[in-house]
Amino acid sequence: MIKLSPKLSQKLSYLFLFLATILAIIPGVLIISIIIAKGWSVFFTLKFLTSMPTSGMLKGGILPAIIGTFLLVIISIFFVLPIGVGAAIYLNEYSKNNLFTKIIKLAIINLAGVPSIVYGLFGLGIFVIYLKLGVSIIAGALTLSMMELPVVITTAYGALNSVPLSFREASLSLGVSRWKTIVHIVLPNAIPGILTGAVLSTARIAGETAPLLFTAVAFYTPHLPHSIRDQVMILPYHLYITATQIPNMEENRIFATALALLIIVLSMNFIAIIARIYFRKNRKW
Amino acid sequence: MSKIEIRNFNLYYTSLHVLKNINVNILERKITAIIGPSGCGKSSLLRSINRMNDTIEGVHVSGEINIFGKNIYDIGIDVRILRKNVGMVFQRPNLFPISIYENVAFGLKINRIHSKKNAINEVVEKSLKSVSLWDHVKDKLHKSALSLTLEQQQRLCIARVVAVASNIILLDEPCSSLDPIATQKIEELIIYLSDQYTIVIVTHNMQQAARVSHNTAFMLLGELIEFDKTEKIFTNPSMNETEDYVSGRFG
Repeated sequence: MIKLSPKLSQKLSYLFLFLATILAIIPGVLIISIIIAKGWSVFFTLKFLTSMPTSGMLKGGILPAIIGTFLLVIISIFFVLPIGVGAAIYLNEYSKNNLFTKIIKLAIINLAGVPSIVYGLFGLGIFVIYLKLGVSIIAGALTLSMMELPVVITTAYGALNSVPLSFREASLSLGVSRWKTIVHIVLPNAIPGILTGAVLSTARIAGETAPLLFTAVAFYTPHLPHSIRDQVMILPYHLYITATQIPNMEENRIFATALALLIIVLSMNFIAIIARIYFRKNRKW
Repeated sequence: MSKIEIRNFNLYYTSLHVLKNINVNILERKITAIIGPSGCGKSSLLRSINRMNDTIEGVHVSGEINIFGKNIYDIGIDVRILRKNVGMVFQRPNLFPISIYENVAFGLKINRIHSKKNAINEVVEKSLKSVSLWDHVKDKLHKSALSLTLEQQQRLCIARVVAVASNIILLDEPCSSLDPIATQKIEELIIYLSDQYTIVIVTHNMQQAARVSHNTAFMLLGELIEFDKTEKIFTNPSMNETEDYVSGRFG
């Protein structure tokens, strides 16, 4: 066995750790640069983002897929915010620390770990078939909300929990009821954290395909959706079909679609990060 | 004339017997100090007077606390009205991260004591004047309350209590986060306010109790050992434990 001098072993371990870090970021850098390199020429052609696909999707744009993705995540957030924040308020402000509460918290954590395709099948069963919503925007949005719920509850719970106890004490000691204390003192101070969590979970689901596969997506729609009962095209699924199901597809078009999806997701993350920095700077406690 | 009568009062935290059969009469418009070593239950007793202990899971009580002849632990009591009348100031200033003005107006607005802007402005001004803060903050009422010094913040906390028209003020070691000069100023304010308010102050600082209070209660291990005029407690107490504590033999 060769004995290394302490200086050399120090250097080697440093080198190893440095290489590990480089290796970790290489995939990310490659993905982004390849997608940009191959996709930008089509992405920046006039009307790729703003027109309907034509000629069996070989030509034209991806407008319906962009609109579908936005519609689904925006509608889902309307369901998920009130329910998620309500549950978080109950858990943080009202529930007693007993077995029942512990079971609920455990269930929420486990819910976050359920594979997305299972949510998709569940959504098919309950929203599409049982509630007769059909394969539609509303069924897809509801399925997405179920998937977002655990994340939104957890982040909202954390945001409520980080509001100092002394604020609540001060308000209660002035004769303010518990509910009004929550509305006027706790919630306003937790809203930044709640919103950041909601945006992040939205960004996560914007790229999901599996939960929408049986609940919302269409292979191709000749027109934009008219109502929430319509099927929609979405970016991740459109990406999948153009890459695998359509012969003679121009490669750059696929990468341009990927670029559009990437920009949507990353910009949402970026907004959340900026918001967090802004709120943290302006927080006085 | 006594304003707060505590009768056979016991407080348990789950199975822990925190306050043991407390009996004491707190007089109107006098300053009553509660002293004793850490963990003797003095803060628990104070927080029983406005039922702030209700917010802690696992606390239950027996006995009575009568304020103006009414037992505040009776079933029909509205805790919100009780807490409005019995204000509380905490160890550390616990202002809301909003403006100076909004901090004082908060209780008024939420409790709908006043709804007209002029009426609220008037009460805010009056309250700030009563804690000698008005001249200092009148030009920056809409600045954040947390930009004030700790002493000013504590004054503002008292103004917030004064604004909702409390007539009893409970102070839980109000000077523990302040320097000696600020402490002296707050003590002067407490003495000044005792003209109009019944004041109960918990303190671990015996000199402070001696300086500001008319009556003093000495507590030890959850029991009220002695309650008497402050002068007597500090010069000629009846109980050995009290003498040992005030002379600094333990605590």
